[in-house]
Amino acid sequence: MTAPTKFVGRSVARLEDRPLLLGKGRFAADVSFPGQWHMRVVRSTVAHGKLRGIDASAALALPGVHAVWTHKDVAHIPPIPFRLTGLKELEPYRQTVLAKDYVRYVGEPVAVVFAADQYVAEDAADLVELDIEPLAPVLDACGDTGPFDDTHATEPSVIRKGYGDVEAAFKAAHAVVTLALSTGRHSGVPMETRGAIARYDEARDILEMHGAAKVPWWNRDHIARMIGRTRANMHLLEGHVGGGFGIRGEIYPEDVLVCAAALAFNKPIKWIEDRREHLIAANHSRQQQHNVRAAIDAEGHILAIDNEFFHDNGAYMRTHAATVPDLSAAMLPGPYRVPAYRAVGHIRLTNKTPCGTYRAPGRYESTFVRERLMDAIAAKVGVDGVEIRRRNLIGKSEMPYDLHLETLGTHIVYDSGDYALLLDKTLALAGWPALQADLKKRRAAGEMVGAGVAMFVEKSGLGPSDTVRVEIKSDGKVEVVTGVASIGQGVETAMAQIAADALGVDYTSIDVVHGQTDRIDQGAGAFASRVTVMCGEATRLASVKLRDKLLRLAAELMQTEPAALDIINGEIVRRDSTGPSMTLAELAQARPGELSAEDTFLSSHMVYPYGVHVAAVKVDTDTGAVAVERYVIGYDVGKAVNPRLVESQIAGGLAQGLGGALLEEFVYDDNGEPLAVTFADYLMPTAREVPAMSILVTEDAPSPLNPMGLKGAGEGGANPVGAVLASALDDALQRPGAIVDLPVTPQRLVRLVKTPPASI
Amino acid sequence: MKPAPFVRHVPRTLQQALAILSQVAGQDGRILAGGQSLVPIMAFRLAKPAHLIDINEVAGLDRLESDGKVLSIGARVRHAAFHAPVTDNRLAALLTYVARHIAHYPIRMRGTFCGSLAHADPASEWCLTAATLGATMVAMSQRGTREIAASDFFEGIMSTALADDELLAEVRLPLLTPDAKFGFYEFNRRAGDFAMAASLVTYSLVNGKMAQARVGVGGAEPSPRRIEEAEAALNGQSPDDDAFRAAAQAASDAVDPLEDHQTNAEYRRDLVRVVVRRALEHSLT
Repeated sequence: MTAPTKFVGRSVARLEDRPLLLGKGRFAADVSFPGQWHMRVVRSTVAHGKLRGIDASAALALPGVHAVWTHKDVAHIPPIPFRLTGLKELEPYRQTVLAKDYVRYVGEPVAVVFAADQYVAEDAADLVELDIEPLAPVLDACGDTGPFDDTHATEPSVIRKGYGDVEAAFKAAHAVVTLALSTGRHSGVPMETRGAIARYDEARDILEMHGAAKVPWWNRDHIARMIGRTRANMHLLEGHVGGGFGIRGEIYPEDVLVCAAALAFNKPIKWIEDRREHLIAANHSRQQQHNVRAAIDAEGHILAIDNEFFHDNGAYMRTHAATVPDLSAAMLPGPYRVPAYRAVGHIRLTNKTPCGTYRAPGRYESTFVRERLMDAIAAKVGVDGVEIRRRNLIGKSEMPYDLHLETLGTHIVYDSGDYALLLDKTLALAGWPALQADLKKRRAAGEMVGAGVAMFVEKSGLGPSDTVRVEIKSDGKVEVVTGVASIGQGVETAMAQIAADALGVDYTSIDVVHGQTDRIDQGAGAFASRVTVMCGEATRLASVKLRDKLLRLAAELMQTEPAALDIINGEIVRRDSTGPSMTLAELAQARPGELSAEDTFLSSHMVYPYGVHVAAVKVDTDTGAVAVERYVIGYDVGKAVNPRLVESQIAGGLAQGLGGALLEEFVYDDNGEPLAVTFADYLMPTAREVPAMSILVTEDAPSPLNPMGLKGAGEGGANPVGAVLASALDDALQRPGAIVDLPVTPQRLVRLVKTPPASI
Repeated sequence: MKPAPFVRHVPRTLQQALAILSQVAGQDGRILAGGQSLVPIMAFRLAKPAHLIDINEVAGLDRLESDGKVLSIGARVRHAAFHAPVTDNRLAALLTYVARHIAHYPIRMRGTFCGSLAHADPASEWCLTAATLGATMVAMSQRGTREIAASDFFEGIMSTALADDELLAEVRLPLLTPDAKFGFYEFNRRAGDFAMAASLVTYSLVNGKMAQARVGVGGAEPSPRRIEEAEAALNGQSPDDDAFRAAAQAASDAVDPLEDHQTNAEYRRDLVRVVVRRALEHSLT
């Protein structure tokens, strides 16, 4: 029997906000232990070189300095392992926690200083002398490969995906459209930098690491293995986390170093990343060059897409291994019928900061490529961008749609969707015909204005499993213990809403535990827009199971049948409203230790939300400045547990997508020196740059793969922003195909405005 | 991002401040006023001054007053002091308009006018203002007091005529005539960023023609300066689109643009043309 849904589907207030708004949050830097030592990382100042020697004598002589470690002190620690898409051939390119014989990017950890406070640690780090013989850096992922070491070159692997007869399609094509496109190097930049505080409790033989995020359980298992412990005597503990976005919470060298040092010195070790470090040490993302072509028929129907691309992964293969280029290749076809497809993705290493996933990994890039291609096809055939998309959309009746591609260990089958319906709804919200008429009028008056549309399919709800335990405490409060993490997305609220409905209690009476490996043995964490889908269903299953148990136990005490009872607002009552009732606290006290249930949700397929973005822009022809005048988003999430949280996810994603399209770029000079190492040079969008937006969240295509119909909401705000702004800018310039590189800087735009089309 | 060790001195009088400065000048002793540029530079360890002389307690340096000819701005006067007009002279309206373009609100609450000038960032709005209006800098040290004209003050990127032992105690800006016109425009990629180019213009109208035109350009060269060629294109002309375009082109031709990774010389010249023209257009509003 299902309780009526009182909370799911409503935009109830977040449970997380009170401590955050009162300044009572407990972030990594807020964690301190008596007697702790501070760790400071000495980083390479050279992009590529042979490490000949390290002289730490001056640093060690400084009062307050306890120790300096170099690679020889951690030689027993294996390289950082792969968490996802870990192809065998990538293994020689993994990063050791301190550089061994070579340095391969500016910012690579070469040594660590342990000292009494952060100031002394930093003073000492400045005194560590590195003897590095510079080598020529490889900075272009599309050019010649170079040596990684004596036996390996800088192309560790080539990803190949596809289906159908691509060659035949191109031979039979009415026309072929060819583009060379690139996305710029940028990344998630959380407000809170990384941090790790490790403490060894000798009495219990437990090693704790605070400052965990995203995937604490996997990290516990693997850090433990790397430093010779077991998962049983190690815990990772998540506090408040000031943003994740894919880059935060992976195993980085610093996490392993604080753990190893806490054991070696039997002292708490604290490391807090500063912003300059963050911008050169934490994962970068997004830098790809695509050479793509499409075979089309006379009406612009796609016959085949053939794409060769170069993925710049920076200096090493980190925990995500081949994940980003794999997703680029697998998700490129998007919402369109592509009868034959081939992707060849070169994974290239360069002497830049290593890369990992960033919100909509591989899709921000491949959506840009696919949607640029759709606009180019439209121009070729002579129809508008909306019409060409309609002609190629996969129909509702074709669902579920097998893409004949695999990624993240799953077969891609779009579970449900009505792409044309969402396109209609979003264009209606944007007032598309009136917008077009208005833009036309303004262009005639000399303004450089235009609009664009971009469509995409997202993925979410990656399995394979999530387990949740729900318990009624002796005071009647409900505790939901999960194996996921909170990186700010509202996990506590969403899980509480689901549990509240299943149990028959108020959502504010529920405590949701996340990110604590000492509270539940297994957990997959928070990534790939998986939490609401996987943990949400596990929470529902465990809560339903517990409800049945509560009614059974209460029925015994109340001398009736479970079916005669109901739980309303945390009170067990008779359905016929007669006789006594019982609070959950009374039941918990009557049957101590019994009021808990655990259940697991298994899923071998992802679920696929989808969306449409519409943007209207104005270009200042003199300065190249871009003003985003309108921004409209349609997104089908299957079922929104909390619509406001879904909208907030989308709004935040849009801000980040806009950054990558217009502002944010990790630029390097010819020597591999990073030039964007502060917020003066790495330009994050602020409230002034992010446009007002209209967001339409629809529930037209609930997922058939879970009972509530849930799909994820984490990445659809970011996914097509580069694509739609490029399309709108083309329209403003009245030059199809003008925008081929992201980010679009004012200087690049002015050059486009000044240069006649023929000479480009 | 922790600064290297330093000693912080907190003098209460100008004499104490100058005495300490003369002692520590040779050890990279620096004046700390608002700290909005110096402190981040220290956090990055791009500067490691052994001594900071914090003048925030020094009496008298918060002077901000007009004698009918000039506006005197003491070393402790914050950007935010100009959020509202400080006198009824046109100059005050100009300063209020310019001030709102300086960085962000919290920075304007701490940063100082004189500190901006002493720091001499090429993109500083106040440096542009001082150069355009012909400010007089009052430099004090134990050796004495001297006045430095704006045209002699700025020597390059973050480089001024101030000696190591001198405190920029006051800046004097000439008041504007009641009929003076002014215009300002700056371009940056985000609100509050350093200007990639900026222009401040002033002129009077005599029988409908522009006179005593001043055209300043900042953010484009190592130091802000007046562009005589542009001023010549305005004087004697009506304030119209033709004259503005001619002046903008003259300024664009005259500058020797700075280049960086996001701005090449050609684009910077383009921006100079734009900001001068838009500053002139602003003068009509």
